Amino acid sequence: MKVLNRMRLVFDSRSANEGFARTAVAAFVAQLDPTVEEVNDIRTAVSEAVTNCIVHAYQNEIQPIYITACLLQDNWVQIKIRDKGCGIPDVKKAMEPLYTTCTTGERAGLGFALMESMSDRVKVRSTPGKGTTVTLEKRIHSRL
Amino acid sequence: MPMQIQTSETEMVVHLTGEIDHHSAKGMREEIDQVAQRLQPRRMILDFGEITFMDSSGIGLVLGRYSLMQSLGGDLELTRVPGHIQKVMRMAGLDRLTTQEQGGNNR
Repeated sequence: MKVLNRMRLVFDSRSANEGFARTAVAAFVAQLDPTVEEVNDIRTAVSEAVTNCIVHAYQNEIQPIYITACLLQDNWVQIKIRDKGCGIPDVKKAMEPLYTTCTTGERAGLGFALMESMSDRVKVRSTPGKGTTVTLEKRIHSRL
Repeated sequence: MPMQIQTSETEMVVHLTGEIDHHSAKGMREEIDQVAQRLQPRRMILDFGEITFMDSSGIGLVLGRYSLMQSLGGDLELTRVPGHIQKVMRMAGLDRLTTQEQGGNNR
């Protein structure tokens, strides 16, 4: 699909940047005039993906996180969140609802489930030792 | 941490404000637990009326406080949960802890 507009972000994997990342992506998507619900969906999905980079991919080491957001034809938005962290050995398992590697009971294991529920399509490509790219795609309906 | 906690002898009401994500949840959790451990309330109410954003870290925050209240032999309730946050809560079946349908900011 033809790319109509694109933005790229690179930022440190510090938890303080979670809010920055979701707000920046939401601000970029705002030019499609999304509904409040659509904006919240995008903010939530981006927040989950960025948190995964910080907590799982880089395991609290400070490394770069890359986001590319594209506005495509027919009001489609594509957001890629990429890290060069440890990778996911079993993507299918990681995406199962309630699956978590956290043992303290403070993480619900619903990150990917939320990304899927807030987006129209979620793709995950991961290579252990190389990193992970999460691609979120969502169609903005407000102007259709 | 912008959070107000009202306590009585048996009850603790936590007025959460701002955004709940992995970054902010830790401070909120620590502050709530410190008071709860000291007070040992029969009931904890988490007020989401002034929460403008929540991701799955908020689910973790609720689940963790639910376990804490169970270990203290008490109950946990959620109140004034804004619409878009209810959507996140439903993913974990937490809407059954909600005592009031909707509230606060619906930004």
